[in-house]
Formats: sequence, structure tokens, C-alpha cells
Amino acid sequence: MAAIDKVRVLIVGDSGVGKTSLAHLICYNEPIANPYWTIGCSVQTKLHEYKAGTPSEKPFFVELWDIGGWSAHRNSRSIFYNPTHGIILVHDLTNRKSQQNLHKWLAEILNRDESSAGNEYDPEQFVGTSIPMLVIGTKMNLAQAAPELSRRRSSTIAEECAADEINLDCTQAKHLAPGTSNAVKMSRFFDKVIERKYYSRESSQPSTPVSMERRRQAGAGHFTKFLHMS
Amino acid sequence: MFELIIFEIVGILNTSSRYFHWKLGLYAILFVLVVVLPFYIAYFTVSNIKLVAQFRVVLTLASWLVFLYFFWKTGDQFPILSPKHGVLSIEQCIGRIGVIGVTLMAVLSGFGAVNYPYTSMAYFLRTVSDADIQMLERRLMQTMDMIVMKKKRIALAEKEMRQRATMNRSQGGGIWGMVKSLTSSGSNENLNQLKQDALAHEELSRQLFLESVDLHNEQATINIVFDRVGKVDPVTRGIEIAVNYLGIQFDDAIFCYQVRFWSQHISFWLIGIMIITSIRGLLITLTKFFYAIASSKSSNVIVLCLAEIMGMYFVSSVLLIRMNMPPEYRSIITEVLGDLQFNFYHRWFDVIFLISALSSIGFLYIAHKQAPEKSGIY
Repeated sequence: MAAIDKVRVLIVGDSGVGKTSLAHLICYNEPIANPYWTIGCSVQTKLHEYKAGTPSEKPFFVELWDIGGWSAHRNSRSIFYNPTHGIILVHDLTNRKSQQNLHKWLAEILNRDESSAGNEYDPEQFVGTSIPMLVIGTKMNLAQAAPELSRRRSSTIAEECAADEINLDCTQAKHLAPGTSNAVKMSRFFDKVIERKYYSRESSQPSTPVSMERRRQAGAGHFTKFLHMS
Repeated sequence: MFELIIFEIVGILNTSSRYFHWKLGLYAILFVLVVVLPFYIAYFTVSNIKLVAQFRVVLTLASWLVFLYFFWKTGDQFPILSPKHGVLSIEQCIGRIGVIGVTLMAVLSGFGAVNYPYTSMAYFLRTVSDADIQMLERRLMQTMDMIVMKKKRIALAEKEMRQRATMNRSQGGGIWGMVKSLTSSGSNENLNQLKQDALAHEELSRQLFLESVDLHNEQATINIVFDRVGKVDPVTRGIEIAVNYLGIQFDDAIFCYQVRFWSQHISFWLIGIMIITSIRGLLITLTKFFYAIASSKSSNVIVLCLAEIMGMYFVSSVLLIRMNMPPEYRSIITEVLGDLQFNFYHRWFDVIFLISALSSIGFLYIAHKQAPEKSGIY
């Protein structure tokens, strides 16, 4: 077990959006039986094959730190944020506010070293960050009533951070079954996280090549586009 | 309704119109408390139960009737009936609401009276330092690391089991297969042990996290508590003493005109302040309670329950205010609320207050005995 390296991914979002169900679905490929409020933090581990299917395939442990979303625990949450190699932002497709609050979550994680006095949202600070991010919208089955609406207002936070976006329903295992586009995006995200931690250090360039390339692509007309869910 | 009490003392409106407004307000409150709120509570509670979605309305009506039945039954036990009145009169309803409300108030005030000095004393004696918080946080992170390690071992063991299972199937049975299945069952028990350990560690991590939340909050509000304790308690205590003193005085003193004039205003102000502080205390407690137990499913029920409790609280506090008012003002209340046995309420309130105060003292003592074990950690 000591031979397998590990990376740490935070799952954050408002209370009740489905982070615990999502972590359970990712790790065990089956929906969680009776979810309960997360007090503090609950950790799930997944054994992920980096570059699966290629000769350089290597197993890594992905630790999913699912942080409880209660605002009352804000002060004490900060001990879980350091160190982190990837962030999964979860919002509820039936609740527009939970998507807007993702900005605050990101600010809380990234500003953990500074004082939390200022709540202004500055989009500039997210562009330079090099932590890979993934935005997931849950409860898609409940949001089926207005599918065009949810597709039209594609999440702005995913655009700003040049992150991938997935919409799914955590109570159905088929949404993350191997081979679906969701599963492909998920494993691509994990690969990016592992690459960022273990392999980008070996490159000679000073700034991480991943984020700069992303920025260029995002500026040049959004062709790294949010493969919308079918 | 409290405005009506104030008007009574100051003597603004005409007597008969005052009477009319009393009655109106009272009927309205009673209707809301007895009919509307329990109906809504029952409706939402029944909606939460997933099994019987179709029969919602029928079940709601049934549970509302059950509620009325228990409401009536509790009234029979207490000496609040007087033979003059019939069965379905307002006095019956008020009587029952009064009993429940008074019980509730007494329990809450008993608990509050004991708990408040206890917590303020706890804040005084136990100063929280940064080193304590950091030590607690380090313990929490150690526990989380152990959880992660256990989960990794579980994941590895499960993967191994799956690989072994596929290998077994491909190799077929025989003695070798039986030996392999024996070893795999051994690792199965190991797996269960690991899972149990992980669960225990998770529980511990939750407790530690909650403690660290408490410590953070304590650190932040310790000065505010100092100020609040200085301002609130002596005020309420002073008011109670003053009101009792004035009440006793007016019963047997010799009146001169100036005293009578001042007594009106003083009692008016004192009652106003008492009302304000008691309402404020109640709202603060209820808000904290609400935040602690809110969830998406049951928040409707909780809001309605709180509204019902507050309604009963108000009605019974009107009853009890009468105890604190000088006799000439009691007449209107006595007239409106009917011929209830007020003395019974006063005695009942005192009894329940004593019981709840003593039991909360007992609980706090037990909790305090366990606390020194925890404070040794800091």
C-alpha cells in the first residue's frame, strides 16, 4: 500500500446538493442507501488507474474529501483545505442559488491563508489558479422539467475557471458507468489532477503548462466546450 | 393583545370598545391556535411519510380529530371547569391552552434560569487559548488520516478479493479451490474488521470536529458574553423584584393621589419591559433551536410547531401577567377570559417551574461531572 501514491480532491458545495451521494457513487459505483448530513468531513478513497489502457498505466489513490456544507462550521472547515490537488464543485440543478454560491466556496478554499473579511468576488483570482477543477450539477432527474433552460444557462463558473462540467443524477449508477461520457470526463479530470501533482513538476517550464494552455483555448473561442450532457 | 393591556392601564379607549377588541383578538388567536395550526402540522407530517401519499387529506383529518380528543382529555384532569359553563365554550378552550402554555413556559423558564448562569460561569472560568484549538485540530487531522489509511486498505482488499474471485472461477474447483476459498473468508473477516474500525474513527472525527466548532465560537464571543451578562440579568431580576414589591405595597398601603398616578405609569413601564425581555429571550432561544434542527424536509413542520408554541406562550403569558398586575387592572382580564380559576394557574406555574429547575440542575450536574474528563484534554 505504501507503494501507491495518492492525490487529494475536495468536494465542496452548499448543504444538501448531494456531495456525499456523489462521492459514494464515484467510489462504489452504486447509489448511497440513506444519505445523512455530513458533519465535518467524510473521506472516500478510489483506486484510479492513471492513463488506463495505455502501457504507462499506473494505479493511484484518489482521496475524495467530502466537506460538509453547513455555514455554521465555516471557521473550522479550513483545516481540511490544505493541501489539495483538485476541486470538485457541486451544485444543485434545481437550485440556482447553489450555483452562485460556488464562487464563495472557491474563494473560501483559495483564500484560506488570508483573512475572510472581504467577500467581494474577483474573477481575476480564479484565472491564475492552477488547481484542476470540475463542476458537477446534481439532481438532474428533478430538473428534467426544464431541460432547455438548464442547458441555456450553462454555468458561468465553469467558463471562468475553464473547468469541465457534468450534469448527473446521483441516485442512478448508470450515469457514471464506465464508457459513458460522464465517466470519461471524470477520469480525465482525475488524470489531470495526478498529472498536475506528479508529472508537471518534472517539466522544465516554470508555470504549469496545463492552466496556460487552458486559458489560451478559452480565450480563442470556447472550443474546449462543455460537452453537454445527453 | 399586549397593546390591549397597555391601553387598559393608560385608559385610552372607551371601556366597552376595549372589551370588544379583547374578545375579538382572543377569538382570532384561539381559532388559529386550535384549528389552523394543528391542521397544517398534521398535513405536513403526513406528507413526509412516503408510504401513504394518496390518503393525505383523510389522514390529516383523522390526526386532527385525535389531537382535539387529547386536547379535551388533558383538560378534564385539571380543576378548570366551573359548573356554570357548557361544554363548547370559549373558557374551555382557553383553559386548556392556558394549561399547556403555562406548563411550557414554566419548563422553559426553569431550564433557562438554571442554564444561563451556568453557561456564563462556564465562559468565565474556561478561557480558550489558541494552543488548545491547534491541539484539537491536530487530533482531528490524525483521526482523518487514520480513516483514509483504513479506507485504502479496504479498497485494496476488495480489489484483491475480486481478482481472486475471477481467478477462482477460471481455475475451477478441487481441493486447491477450497483452500483458496478458506483464505479468502479469512480476509473477508479482516475486511469487516477494517470497516468497523473505519466507522468508529469516522464517529470520532465528527465529535472532534464539533468540539472544534464549539471552541472557535467560544473564542469569538467570549467578550460579547461578558457584556450581555452584565446587562440582561440584573435588569430582569430588578424588574421582577420591583414588580413584586409594588404589587405587595398596593394591596395594603394608604393611597394618596400622587402615588396612584405614579403607580399607573410605573406598572405600565415595568410590564412593558418584562414583556419585551421575555419575548426577546424566547425568540433568541427559538432561533437557535430552529437553526440546530432545520432540514429541507421538516422545516415546514418545525416552523408551524414553533408558531403554535409561541401562540400558546402568548396566551398563557397574558394569564400570568394578571398575577403581576395590581388589582384594579385585573378586572378587565377576568371579565374577558371568563371565570377561570386563576389561582390554579399560578400554583401550577410555580410547581412546574420548580420541577423543571430542579431537573435541569440535576442534568447539568451530571453533565458537569463528565466535563472534567474532557477538560483534561485541553
